[in-house]
Amino acid sequence: MKTAALLAHGDPRATFAWRPNGPVSVADYLADATMLAEKLPATSYLLNLCHDRYRFAVGFAAGLLRGMTSLQPSSQSAETFRRLQTEYPNLICLCDGASDTLDLPRLDFPETSTTLEATAGAGITATTQEPAVNRKNQPNSQDFLPSPLRGEGPGERGEPFTVPQIPTDHLAAILFTSGSTGQPQAQRKTWGKLVQNGRAEAIALGLDGQPHAIVGTVPVQHSYGFESTFLLALHGGCAFWAGKPFFPQDIASALEAVPQPRLLVTTPFHLSALLSAEIELPPVDLLLSATAPLSTTLASEAEARTGAPMLEIYGSTESGQLASRRTTDGAAWTLLPGVRLEQTGDETIACDGHVEGRVALSDQIELLPDQRFLLHGRHADLINIAGKRTSLAYLNHQLGAVPGVVDGAFFLPDEAGPDGITRLTAFVVAPGLTARQVTVALRERIDAIFLPRPLVLLDKLPRNSTGKLPRGDLQALYAAKVRHG
Amino acid sequence: MSQAISPETIEALLPEVAQLIVSALNLDVAPGEIEADAALFGDGLGLDSIDVLEIALVISKQYGFQLKSDNEDNIRIFSSLRALSTHIASQRSK
Repeated sequence: MKTAALLAHGDPRATFAWRPNGPVSVADYLADATMLAEKLPATSYLLNLCHDRYRFAVGFAAGLLRGMTSLQPSSQSAETFRRLQTEYPNLICLCDGASDTLDLPRLDFPETSTTLEATAGAGITATTQEPAVNRKNQPNSQDFLPSPLRGEGPGERGEPFTVPQIPTDHLAAILFTSGSTGQPQAQRKTWGKLVQNGRAEAIALGLDGQPHAIVGTVPVQHSYGFESTFLLALHGGCAFWAGKPFFPQDIASALEAVPQPRLLVTTPFHLSALLSAEIELPPVDLLLSATAPLSTTLASEAEARTGAPMLEIYGSTESGQLASRRTTDGAAWTLLPGVRLEQTGDETIACDGHVEGRVALSDQIELLPDQRFLLHGRHADLINIAGKRTSLAYLNHQLGAVPGVVDGAFFLPDEAGPDGITRLTAFVVAPGLTARQVTVALRERIDAIFLPRPLVLLDKLPRNSTGKLPRGDLQALYAAKVRHG
Repeated sequence: MSQAISPETIEALLPEVAQLIVSALNLDVAPGEIEADAALFGDGLGLDSIDVLEIALVISKQYGFQLKSDNEDNIRIFSSLRALSTHIASQRSK
Protein backbone atom coordinates (compact mmCIF):
# COMPACT_ATOMS: atom_id res chain seq x y z
CA MET A 1 0.00 0.00 0.00
CA LYS A 2 1.36 3.39 -1.00
CA THR A 3 1.45 5.96 1.77
CA ALA A 4 2.47 9.58 2.32
CA ALA A 5 3.50 11.28 5.55
CA LEU A 6 0.95 13.34 7.45
CA LEU A 7 3.23 16.36 7.25
CA ALA A 8 6.49 17.43 5.68
CA HIS A 9 8.28 19.01 8.63
CA GLY A 10 11.46 17.13 9.44
CA ASP A 11 11.97 18.57 12.90
CA PRO A 12 9.54 17.87 15.78
CA ARG A 13 10.51 21.22 17.31
CA ALA A 14 9.62 23.20 14.20
CA THR A 15 6.64 25.51 14.61
CA PHE A 16 3.47 24.21 13.01
CA ALA A 17 1.02 26.89 14.15
CA TRP A 18 0.87 30.17 16.04
CA ARG A 19 -1.76 30.78 18.68
CA PRO A 20 -2.35 33.84 20.86
CA ASN A 21 -0.40 32.09 23.63
CA GLY A 22 2.56 31.28 21.42
CA PRO A 23 3.89 28.72 18.96
CA VAL A 24 2.72 25.10 18.67
CA SER A 25 5.42 22.66 17.67
CA VAL A 26 5.06 19.82 15.18
CA ALA A 27 5.45 17.36 18.08
CA ASP A 28 2.61 19.05 19.99
CA TYR A 29 0.40 18.99 16.93
CA LEU A 30 0.95 15.28 16.38
CA ALA A 31 0.29 14.60 20.06
CA ASP A 32 -2.95 16.61 20.00
CA ALA A 33 -4.08 14.78 16.86
CA THR A 34 -3.33 11.39 18.43
CA MET A 35 -5.25 12.37 21.56
CA LEU A 36 -8.27 13.55 19.59
CA ALA A 37 -8.22 10.45 17.35
CA GLU A 38 -8.77 8.36 20.47
CA LYS A 39 -11.87 10.36 21.32
CA LEU A 40 -13.44 10.13 17.89
CA PRO A 41 -16.05 7.42 17.48
CA ALA A 42 -15.60 4.70 14.87
CA THR A 43 -17.51 6.37 12.09
CA SER A 44 -16.74 7.36 8.51
CA TYR A 45 -17.29 11.10 8.12
CA LEU A 46 -16.07 14.08 10.09
CA LEU A 47 -17.90 17.37 9.64
CA ASN A 48 -15.13 19.61 10.93
CA LEU A 49 -16.75 22.93 11.86
CA CYS A 50 -13.90 24.31 13.97
CA HIS A 51 -13.42 28.05 13.44
CA ASP A 52 -9.93 28.00 14.88
CA ARG A 53 -7.49 26.98 12.17
CA TYR A 54 -5.36 24.97 14.59
CA ARG A 55 -8.30 23.03 15.99
CA PHE A 56 -9.45 22.33 12.44
CA ALA A 57 -5.96 21.02 11.68
CA VAL A 58 -5.98 18.77 14.75
CA GLY A 59 -9.43 17.46 13.78
CA PHE A 60 -8.37 16.82 10.20
CA ALA A 61 -5.28 14.86 11.24
CA ALA A 62 -7.20 12.95 13.91
CA GLY A 63 -9.77 11.99 11.28
CA LEU A 64 -7.02 10.77 8.95
CA LEU A 65 -5.53 8.67 11.74
CA ARG A 66 -8.95 7.07 12.22
CA GLY A 67 -9.45 6.51 8.49
CA MET A 68 -12.21 9.12 8.30
CA THR A 69 -13.18 11.54 5.53
CA SER A 70 -13.48 15.28 6.22
CA LEU A 71 -16.71 16.86 4.94
CA GLN A 72 -16.29 20.51 3.97
CA PRO A 73 -19.54 22.12 2.83
CA SER A 74 -19.61 25.66 1.46
CA SER A 75 -22.28 26.77 3.91
CA GLN A 76 -23.34 25.94 7.44
CA SER A 77 -27.06 26.43 7.00
CA ALA A 78 -29.64 24.09 8.51
CA GLU A 79 -30.52 22.95 5.00
CA THR A 80 -26.88 22.01 4.34
CA PHE A 81 -26.70 19.98 7.55
CA ARG A 82 -29.92 18.14 6.70
CA ARG A 83 -28.65 17.24 3.27
CA LEU A 84 -25.31 16.03 4.60
CA GLN A 85 -27.11 13.95 7.21
CA THR A 86 -29.10 12.23 4.50
CA GLU A 87 -26.14 11.60 2.22
CA TYR A 88 -23.59 10.73 4.92
CA PRO A 89 -25.70 9.17 7.69
CA ASN A 90 -22.80 8.25 9.95
CA LEU A 91 -21.15 11.65 10.20
CA ILE A 92 -20.06 13.39 13.38
CA CYS A 93 -19.60 17.15 13.85
CA LEU A 94 -16.47 18.52 15.46
CA CYS A 95 -17.15 21.97 16.95
CA ASP A 96 -15.15 24.57 18.83
CA GLY A 97 -17.89 27.08 19.42
CA ALA A 98 -21.59 27.53 19.85
CA SER A 99 -22.41 26.40 16.29
CA ASP A 100 -25.96 25.16 15.97
CA THR A 101 -25.65 21.64 14.61
CA LEU A 102 -29.32 20.64 14.94
CA ASP A 103 -29.54 17.07 16.22
CA LEU A 104 -26.42 15.80 14.44
CA PRO A 105 -24.00 13.69 16.50
CA ARG A 106 -21.44 16.11 17.85
CA LEU A 107 -18.08 16.19 19.59
CA ASP A 108 -16.99 19.45 21.16
CA PHE A 109 -13.28 19.99 20.73
CA PRO A 110 -11.63 18.79 23.94
CA GLU A 111 -9.22 21.32 25.37
CA THR A 112 -5.60 20.23 25.37
CA SER A 113 -2.65 22.01 26.88
CA THR A 114 -1.97 23.40 23.43
CA THR A 115 -5.40 24.76 22.65
CA LEU A 116 -6.15 26.27 26.03
CA GLU A 117 -5.77 30.02 26.05
CA ALA A 118 -3.24 29.42 28.76
CA THR A 119 -1.92 31.95 31.18
CA ALA A 120 1.82 31.79 31.60
CA GLY A 121 3.14 29.15 33.94
CA ALA A 122 -0.23 27.82 35.00
CA GLY A 123 1.09 24.29 34.95
CA ILE A 124 -1.86 22.87 33.08
CA THR A 125 -1.69 19.24 32.05
CA ALA A 126 -3.54 17.68 29.20
CA THR A 127 -6.97 16.29 29.95
CA THR A 128 -6.17 12.78 28.87
CA GLN A 129 -4.65 9.66 30.33
CA GLU A 130 -2.44 9.06 27.33
CA PRO A 131 1.12 9.56 28.58
CA ALA A 132 2.44 10.68 25.21
CA VAL A 133 0.30 13.80 25.32
CA ASN A 134 0.70 14.55 29.00
CA ARG A 135 2.91 17.46 28.16
CA LYS A 136 3.80 20.56 30.01
CA ASN A 137 2.00 23.77 29.31
CA GLN A 138 3.01 25.53 26.10
CA PRO A 139 6.13 27.50 26.80
CA ASN A 140 5.29 31.13 26.50
CA SER A 141 8.40 32.85 25.35
CA GLN A 142 12.01 32.20 26.20
CA ASP A 143 11.21 28.67 27.35
CA PHE A 144 10.45 27.67 23.82
CA LEU A 145 13.81 27.80 22.12
CA PRO A 146 15.42 25.27 21.71
CA SER A 147 16.76 23.08 24.47
CA PRO A 148 13.83 22.86 26.96
CA LEU A 149 11.70 21.36 24.23
CA ARG A 150 14.21 18.68 23.50
CA GLY A 151 12.84 15.52 24.96
CA GLU A 152 9.23 16.64 24.79
CA GLY A 153 6.58 15.07 22.62
CA PRO A 154 7.16 11.79 20.87
CA GLY A 155 10.90 11.88 21.49
CA GLU A 156 10.35 12.05 25.24
CA ARG A 157 10.63 8.36 25.84
CA GLY A 158 13.64 7.97 23.63
CA GLU A 159 11.64 7.09 20.55
CA PRO A 160 12.75 8.48 17.23
CA PHE A 161 10.57 11.19 15.69
CA THR A 162 8.06 9.38 13.54
CA VAL A 163 5.36 10.98 11.42
CA PRO A 164 2.22 8.91 10.79
CA GLN A 165 1.80 7.56 7.25
CA ILE A 166 -1.57 7.79 5.50
CA PRO A 167 -2.53 5.66 2.45
CA THR A 168 -2.40 7.87 -0.65
CA ASP A 169 -5.65 6.46 -2.03
CA HIS A 170 -7.57 7.23 1.18
CA LEU A 171 -10.53 9.56 0.58
CA ALA A 172 -9.30 12.34 2.87
CA ALA A 173 -11.81 15.09 2.17
CA ILE A 174 -14.97 15.93 0.29
CA LEU A 175 -15.29 19.60 -0.60
CA PHE A 176 -18.56 20.96 -1.89
CA THR A 177 -18.93 23.56 -4.61
CA SER A 178 -21.25 26.40 -3.69
CA GLY A 179 -23.81 24.98 -6.07
CA SER A 180 -24.57 27.16 -9.08
CA THR A 181 -27.42 24.83 -9.91
CA GLY A 182 -28.78 24.67 -6.40
CA GLN A 183 -27.44 21.24 -5.50
CA PRO A 184 -23.88 21.41 -4.14
CA GLN A 185 -21.57 18.97 -5.89
CA ALA A 186 -19.26 16.73 -3.88
CA GLN A 187 -15.60 16.98 -4.89
CA ARG A 188 -13.63 13.99 -3.65
CA LYS A 189 -9.99 14.51 -2.67
CA THR A 190 -7.65 11.64 -1.95
CA TRP A 191 -4.78 12.02 0.49
CA GLY A 192 -2.05 11.59 -2.15
CA LYS A 193 -3.48 14.43 -4.26
CA LEU A 194 -3.76 16.75 -1.25
CA VAL A 195 -0.11 16.13 -0.41
CA GLN A 196 0.88 16.90 -4.00
CA ASN A 197 -1.29 20.00 -3.90
CA GLY A 198 0.47 21.45 -0.84
CA ARG A 199 3.89 20.72 -2.31
CA ALA A 200 3.04 22.15 -5.71
CA GLU A 201 1.77 25.39 -4.23
CA ALA A 202 4.82 25.77 -2.00
CA ILE A 203 7.07 25.41 -5.05
CA ALA A 204 4.99 27.77 -7.17
CA LEU A 205 5.06 30.46 -4.47
CA GLY A 206 8.76 29.93 -3.81
CA LEU A 207 8.16 28.85 -0.20
CA ASP A 208 9.76 25.42 -0.46
CA GLY A 209 13.18 26.82 0.35
CA GLN A 210 11.95 29.39 2.84
CA PRO A 211 8.90 28.54 4.96
CA HIS A 212 6.70 31.53 5.85
CA ALA A 213 4.30 32.22 8.70
CA ILE A 214 0.85 32.28 7.11
CA VAL A 215 -1.95 34.65 8.16
CA GLY A 216 -5.23 33.84 6.40
CA THR A 217 -8.40 35.93 6.25
CA VAL A 218 -10.32 33.10 4.58
CA PRO A 219 -12.02 30.11 6.23
CA VAL A 220 -9.94 26.96 6.41
CA GLN A 221 -12.78 24.67 5.27
CA HIS A 222 -13.25 26.25 1.84
CA SER A 223 -10.93 25.22 -0.97
CA TYR A 224 -8.75 28.34 -1.17
CA GLY A 225 -8.20 28.58 2.58
CA PHE A 226 -7.86 24.81 2.90
CA GLU A 227 -5.11 24.72 0.28
CA SER A 228 -3.33 27.99 0.91
CA THR A 229 -3.26 27.98 4.70
CA PHE A 230 -3.66 24.39 5.90
CA LEU A 231 -2.09 22.29 3.11
CA LEU A 232 0.61 24.89 2.55
CA ALA A 233 1.61 24.53 6.19
CA LEU A 234 1.25 20.75 6.26
CA HIS A 235 3.21 20.01 3.08
CA GLY A 236 4.95 23.27 2.35
CA GLY A 237 6.69 23.28 5.72
CA CYS A 238 5.05 26.56 6.77
CA ALA A 239 3.32 27.57 10.01
CA PHE A 240 -0.08 29.29 10.19
CA TRP A 241 -1.80 31.77 12.50
CA ALA A 242 -4.72 29.96 14.14
CA GLY A 243 -7.15 32.87 13.92
CA LYS A 244 -9.06 34.28 10.97
CA PRO A 245 -8.63 38.05 11.21
CA PHE A 246 -11.46 40.04 9.67
CA PHE A 247 -11.23 43.79 10.21
CA PRO A 248 -8.13 45.63 8.93
CA GLN A 249 -6.90 46.17 12.49
CA ASP A 250 -7.29 42.43 13.21
CA ILE A 251 -5.17 41.58 10.18
CA ALA A 252 -2.44 43.98 11.28
CA SER A 253 -2.44 42.48 14.80
CA ALA A 254 -2.29 38.91 13.49
CA LEU A 255 0.67 39.75 11.24
CA GLU A 256 2.37 41.37 14.20
CA ALA A 257 1.91 38.18 16.24
CA VAL A 258 3.93 35.94 13.91
CA PRO A 259 7.58 36.18 12.90
CA GLN A 260 8.86 37.14 9.46
CA PRO A 261 8.86 36.04 6.73
CA ARG A 262 5.09 36.49 6.63
CA LEU A 263 2.57 35.47 3.98
CA LEU A 264 -0.88 37.07 3.94
CA VAL A 265 -3.51 34.82 2.32
CA THR A 266 -6.49 36.97 1.44
CA THR A 267 -9.06 38.07 -1.16
CA PRO A 268 -9.35 41.22 -3.29
CA PHE A 269 -12.15 42.38 -1.04
CA HIS A 270 -10.30 41.99 2.27
CA LEU A 271 -7.16 43.42 0.68
CA SER A 272 -8.97 46.46 -0.63
CA ALA A 273 -10.47 47.11 2.82
CA LEU A 274 -7.05 46.65 4.43
CA LEU A 275 -5.40 49.17 2.12
CA SER A 276 -8.26 51.66 2.46
CA ALA A 277 -8.04 51.65 6.24
CA GLU A 278 -5.59 54.23 7.41
CA ILE A 279 -3.59 51.98 9.70
CA GLU A 280 0.04 51.04 9.97
CA LEU A 281 0.88 47.60 8.58
CA PRO A 282 3.62 45.40 9.99
CA PRO A 283 6.14 44.17 7.39
CA VAL A 284 4.74 41.50 5.06
CA ASP A 285 6.93 39.44 2.74
CA LEU A 286 4.41 37.90 0.36
CA LEU A 287 0.75 38.56 -0.49
CA LEU A 288 -1.62 36.02 -1.99
CA SER A 289 -5.11 36.58 -3.38
CA ALA A 290 -7.80 34.37 -4.90
CA THR A 291 -11.60 33.86 -5.20
CA ALA A 292 -12.11 36.83 -7.54
CA PRO A 293 -10.01 38.70 -10.11
CA LEU A 294 -7.57 41.20 -8.66
CA SER A 295 -7.10 44.44 -10.56
CA THR A 296 -3.63 45.60 -11.55
CA THR A 297 -4.39 48.86 -9.75
CA LEU A 298 -5.04 47.15 -6.42
CA ALA A 299 -2.10 44.78 -6.93
CA SER A 300 0.26 47.72 -7.60
CA GLU A 301 -1.06 49.60 -4.61
CA ALA A 302 -0.59 46.53 -2.39
CA GLU A 303 2.98 46.07 -3.58
CA ALA A 304 3.77 49.77 -3.14
CA ARG A 305 2.35 49.81 0.41
CA THR A 306 4.02 46.59 1.61
CA GLY A 307 7.03 46.11 -0.64
CA ALA A 308 5.91 42.47 -0.98
CA PRO A 309 5.19 40.65 -4.26
CA MET A 310 1.44 40.30 -4.82
CA LEU A 311 0.62 36.84 -6.19
CA GLU A 312 -2.68 35.45 -7.36
CA ILE A 313 -3.95 31.89 -7.44
CA TYR A 314 -6.33 30.54 -10.05
CA GLY A 315 -8.38 27.43 -9.42
CA SER A 316 -11.72 26.01 -8.42
CA THR A 317 -13.08 23.64 -5.82
CA GLU A 318 -13.49 20.98 -8.52
CA SER A 319 -9.94 21.17 -9.87
CA GLY A 320 -8.05 22.51 -6.88
CA GLN A 321 -5.68 25.40 -7.49
CA LEU A 322 -4.14 25.28 -10.96
CA ALA A 323 -1.96 28.28 -11.59
CA SER A 324 -0.40 31.40 -10.16
CA ARG A 325 0.84 34.76 -11.37
CA ARG A 326 2.31 37.97 -10.11
CA THR A 327 -0.46 40.33 -11.14
CA THR A 328 1.83 43.26 -11.91
CA ASP A 329 3.93 41.09 -14.25
CA GLY A 330 1.14 40.72 -16.77
CA ALA A 331 -2.01 38.80 -17.51
CA ALA A 332 -0.53 35.34 -18.14
CA TRP A 333 -0.84 32.55 -15.56
CA THR A 334 1.71 29.81 -15.00
CA LEU A 335 0.50 26.29 -14.19
CA LEU A 336 1.45 24.75 -10.87
CA PRO A 337 4.06 21.98 -11.15
CA GLY A 338 2.61 18.79 -12.63
CA VAL A 339 -0.74 20.25 -13.74
CA ARG A 340 -1.75 20.10 -17.43
CA LEU A 341 -4.50 21.73 -19.49
CA GLU A 342 -6.06 20.11 -22.56
CA GLN A 343 -8.36 21.80 -25.01
CA THR A 344 -11.00 20.51 -27.37
CA GLY A 345 -12.96 23.25 -29.05
CA ASP A 346 -14.29 25.65 -26.44
CA GLU A 347 -13.72 23.30 -23.55
CA THR A 348 -10.63 23.25 -21.37
CA ILE A 349 -9.83 20.26 -19.18
CA ALA A 350 -7.45 20.30 -16.23
CA CYS A 351 -5.65 17.06 -15.42
CA ASP A 352 -2.50 15.47 -13.99
CA GLY A 353 -0.47 16.63 -11.01
CA HIS A 354 -2.72 17.04 -7.98
CA VAL A 355 -5.91 17.36 -10.07
CA GLU A 356 -8.39 14.54 -9.35
CA GLY A 357 -9.31 12.97 -12.69
CA ARG A 358 -10.22 15.28 -15.57
CA VAL A 359 -12.00 18.50 -14.66
CA ALA A 360 -13.78 20.71 -17.21
CA LEU A 361 -13.18 24.38 -16.40
CA SER A 362 -15.88 27.02 -16.50
CA ASP A 363 -13.57 29.68 -17.91
CA GLN A 364 -12.58 30.54 -21.44
CA ILE A 365 -8.87 29.92 -21.70
CA GLU A 366 -6.19 30.65 -24.29
CA LEU A 367 -3.16 28.35 -24.01
CA LEU A 368 0.32 29.88 -24.35
CA PRO A 369 3.73 28.20 -24.59
CA ASP A 370 5.76 27.31 -21.48
CA GLN A 371 2.94 26.12 -19.20
CA ARG A 372 1.25 29.50 -19.41
CA PHE A 373 -2.25 30.62 -20.35
CA LEU A 374 -4.63 33.56 -20.46
CA LEU A 375 -8.10 33.73 -18.91
CA HIS A 376 -10.83 35.27 -21.00
CA GLY A 377 -13.59 35.36 -18.44
CA ARG A 378 -16.27 33.02 -17.29
CA HIS A 379 -18.88 31.47 -19.46
CA ALA A 380 -21.65 34.04 -19.56
CA ASP A 381 -24.24 32.78 -17.14
CA LEU A 382 -22.03 32.30 -14.10
CA ILE A 383 -21.95 34.77 -11.25
CA ASN A 384 -19.18 35.04 -8.68
CA ILE A 385 -19.64 37.46 -5.80
CA ALA A 386 -16.98 37.42 -3.12
CA GLY A 387 -16.10 33.84 -3.99
CA LYS A 388 -19.66 32.52 -3.89
CA ARG A 389 -20.87 31.18 -7.17
CA THR A 390 -24.24 30.79 -8.74
CA SER A 391 -25.83 31.25 -12.14
CA LEU A 392 -28.31 33.78 -13.45
CA ALA A 393 -30.50 30.87 -14.55
CA TYR A 394 -30.70 29.56 -10.99
CA LEU A 395 -31.41 32.99 -9.51
CA ASN A 396 -34.09 33.71 -12.13
CA HIS A 397 -35.68 30.37 -11.40
CA GLN A 398 -35.85 31.17 -7.68
CA LEU A 399 -37.25 34.63 -8.41
CA GLY A 400 -39.93 33.19 -10.64
CA ALA A 401 -40.92 30.76 -7.90
CA VAL A 402 -41.82 33.55 -5.45
CA PRO A 403 -45.64 33.65 -5.11
CA GLY A 404 -46.98 36.79 -6.79
CA VAL A 405 -44.01 37.29 -9.11
CA VAL A 406 -45.21 37.29 -12.70
CA ASP A 407 -41.90 37.87 -14.41
CA GLY A 408 -38.43 38.75 -13.31
CA ALA A 409 -34.76 38.80 -14.22
CA PHE A 410 -31.53 39.27 -12.32
CA PHE A 411 -28.91 41.49 -13.87
CA LEU A 412 -25.21 41.96 -13.12
CA PRO A 413 -24.21 45.50 -14.10
CA ASP A 414 -21.09 46.01 -16.21
CA GLU A 415 -19.79 49.07 -14.58
CA ALA A 416 -18.46 48.24 -11.13
CA GLY A 417 -14.72 47.92 -10.58
CA PRO A 418 -13.23 44.45 -10.35
CA ASP A 419 -12.25 44.71 -6.67
CA GLY A 420 -15.40 46.23 -5.32
CA ILE A 421 -18.21 43.79 -4.84
CA THR A 422 -20.62 44.11 -7.71
CA ARG A 423 -24.13 43.64 -6.43
CA LEU A 424 -26.92 42.23 -8.50
CA THR A 425 -29.98 44.12 -9.60
CA ALA A 426 -33.34 42.45 -10.23
CA PHE A 427 -36.15 43.66 -12.45
CA VAL A 428 -39.44 42.23 -11.29
CA VAL A 429 -43.07 42.28 -12.33
CA ALA A 430 -45.18 41.53 -9.25
CA PRO A 431 -48.50 43.36 -9.14
CA GLY A 432 -49.65 43.89 -5.57
CA LEU A 433 -46.27 43.22 -3.96
CA THR A 434 -43.73 45.72 -2.68
CA ALA A 435 -40.03 45.42 -3.44
CA ARG A 436 -39.48 44.69 0.23
CA GLN A 437 -41.95 41.78 0.19
CA VAL A 438 -40.28 40.21 -2.82
CA THR A 439 -36.86 40.61 -1.18
CA VAL A 440 -38.05 38.97 2.03
CA ALA A 441 -39.38 36.00 0.05
CA LEU A 442 -36.16 35.75 -1.96
CA ARG A 443 -34.06 35.69 1.18
CA GLU A 444 -35.53 32.30 2.05
CA ARG A 445 -34.46 30.93 -1.31
CA ILE A 446 -31.03 32.35 -2.09
CA ASP A 447 -27.83 33.30 -0.28
CA ALA A 448 -27.99 36.85 1.11
CA ILE A 449 -25.00 37.87 -0.98
CA PHE A 450 -27.05 37.41 -4.16
CA LEU A 451 -30.01 39.48 -2.98
CA PRO A 452 -30.70 42.28 -5.46
CA ARG A 453 -29.63 45.79 -4.57
CA PRO A 454 -31.84 47.26 -5.68
CA LEU A 455 -34.88 45.27 -6.68
CA VAL A 456 -36.79 47.34 -9.26
CA LEU A 457 -40.52 46.77 -9.76
CA LEU A 458 -41.78 47.25 -13.31
CA ASP A 459 -45.08 46.87 -15.17
CA LYS A 460 -43.40 44.58 -17.65
CA LEU A 461 -39.95 43.45 -18.75
CA PRO A 462 -38.53 44.51 -22.13
CA ARG A 463 -38.72 41.03 -23.63
CA ASN A 464 -38.15 40.81 -27.38
CA SER A 465 -40.30 38.94 -29.87
CA THR A 466 -38.75 35.62 -28.95
CA GLY A 467 -39.27 36.25 -25.26
CA LYS A 468 -35.58 36.86 -24.59
CA LEU A 469 -34.15 39.71 -22.56
CA PRO A 470 -31.14 41.08 -24.47
CA ARG A 471 -28.40 42.12 -22.10
CA GLY A 472 -28.16 45.51 -23.80
CA ASP A 473 -31.78 46.25 -23.00
CA LEU A 474 -31.29 45.31 -19.36
CA GLN A 475 -28.20 47.52 -19.21
CA ALA A 476 -30.27 50.42 -20.60
CA LEU A 477 -33.01 49.71 -18.07
CA TYR A 478 -30.40 49.66 -15.34
CA ALA A 479 -29.03 53.02 -16.51
CA ALA A 480 -32.50 54.52 -16.54
CA LYS A 481 -33.92 53.07 -13.33
CA VAL A 482 -30.95 52.60 -11.06
CA ARG A 483 -28.14 54.94 -12.03
CA HIS A 484 -30.41 57.94 -12.59
CA GLY A 485 -33.51 56.80 -10.81
CA MET B 1 -17.87 50.25 26.94
CA SER B 2 -16.90 51.35 30.39
CA GLN B 3 -17.79 55.01 30.16
CA ALA B 4 -21.49 55.73 30.41
CA ILE B 5 -23.02 57.04 27.20
CA SER B 6 -26.31 58.77 27.71
CA PRO B 7 -29.33 57.28 25.92
CA GLU B 8 -29.92 60.72 24.38
CA THR B 9 -26.47 60.65 22.76
CA ILE B 10 -27.19 57.28 21.22
CA GLU B 11 -30.68 58.28 20.17
CA ALA B 12 -29.24 61.32 18.40
CA LEU B 13 -26.68 59.18 16.60
CA LEU B 14 -29.22 56.67 15.21
CA PRO B 15 -30.35 58.61 12.10
CA GLU B 16 -26.75 59.45 11.19
CA VAL B 17 -25.63 55.81 11.41
CA ALA B 18 -28.73 54.63 9.54
CA GLN B 19 -27.93 57.06 6.74
CA LEU B 20 -24.34 55.83 6.72
CA ILE B 21 -25.42 52.18 6.38
CA VAL B 22 -27.90 52.91 3.61
CA SER B 23 -25.47 54.97 1.54
CA ALA B 24 -22.48 52.68 2.12
CA LEU B 25 -24.43 49.61 1.01
CA ASN B 26 -26.71 51.18 -1.59
CA LEU B 27 -29.66 49.66 0.24
CA ASP B 28 -33.15 49.79 -1.07
CA VAL B 29 -34.66 51.29 2.10
CA ALA B 30 -35.00 54.77 3.55
CA PRO B 31 -32.74 55.38 6.59
CA GLY B 32 -35.83 56.11 8.68
CA GLU B 33 -37.17 52.63 7.90
CA ILE B 34 -34.36 50.89 9.75
CA GLU B 35 -35.72 50.09 13.17
CA ALA B 36 -33.30 50.82 15.98
CA ASP B 37 -33.64 47.41 17.63
CA ALA B 38 -34.33 45.16 14.65
CA ALA B 39 -31.66 42.68 13.53
CA LEU B 40 -29.30 43.95 10.84
CA PHE B 41 -28.52 40.40 9.73
CA GLY B 42 -30.74 37.48 8.86
CA ASP B 43 -34.41 38.30 9.05
CA GLY B 44 -33.84 42.02 9.45
CA LEU B 45 -31.94 43.86 6.74
CA GLY B 46 -30.23 40.65 5.64
CA LEU B 47 -26.70 42.03 5.76
CA ASP B 48 -23.69 39.75 5.27
CA SER B 49 -20.01 39.81 6.20
CA ILE B 50 -19.09 41.78 3.08
CA ASP B 51 -21.46 44.49 4.28
CA VAL B 52 -19.92 44.44 7.73
CA LEU B 53 -16.51 45.18 6.27
CA GLU B 54 -17.90 47.99 4.14
CA ILE B 55 -19.69 49.54 7.10
CA ALA B 56 -16.54 49.15 9.20
CA LEU B 57 -14.52 51.08 6.64
CA VAL B 58 -16.99 53.97 6.56
CA ILE B 59 -17.20 54.02 10.34
CA SER B 60 -13.43 54.17 10.72
CA LYS B 61 -13.23 57.13 8.38
CA GLN B 62 -16.20 58.98 9.83
CA TYR B 63 -15.62 58.36 13.53
CA GLY B 64 -11.86 57.83 13.70
CA PHE B 65 -11.52 54.38 15.24
CA GLN B 66 -10.85 50.84 13.99
CA LEU B 67 -13.23 47.98 14.64
CA LYS B 68 -11.75 44.76 15.98
CA SER B 69 -13.26 41.32 16.27
CA ASP B 70 -10.73 39.72 18.58
CA ASN B 71 -13.28 39.44 21.37
CA GLU B 72 -16.13 38.05 19.29
CA ASP B 73 -18.00 41.28 19.93
CA ASN B 74 -18.75 41.43 16.25
CA ILE B 75 -22.11 39.79 16.50
CA ARG B 76 -23.18 41.99 19.39
CA ILE B 77 -21.89 45.22 17.84
CA PHE B 78 -23.68 44.58 14.57
CA SER B 79 -26.80 43.05 16.11
CA SER B 80 -28.89 46.18 15.62
CA LEU B 81 -28.70 49.84 14.65
CA ARG B 82 -28.84 50.79 18.32
CA ALA B 83 -26.05 48.37 19.27
CA LEU B 84 -23.85 49.69 16.48
CA SER B 85 -24.58 53.31 17.43
CA THR B 86 -23.80 52.53 21.07
CA HIS B 87 -20.47 51.04 20.09
CA ILE B 88 -19.63 54.04 17.92
CA ALA B 89 -20.56 56.45 20.72
CA SER B 90 -18.24 54.65 23.11
CA GLN B 91 -15.30 54.36 20.73
CA ARG B 92 -15.38 57.44 18.51
CA SER B 93 -12.44 59.78 18.47
CA LYS B 94 -14.07 62.31 16.18
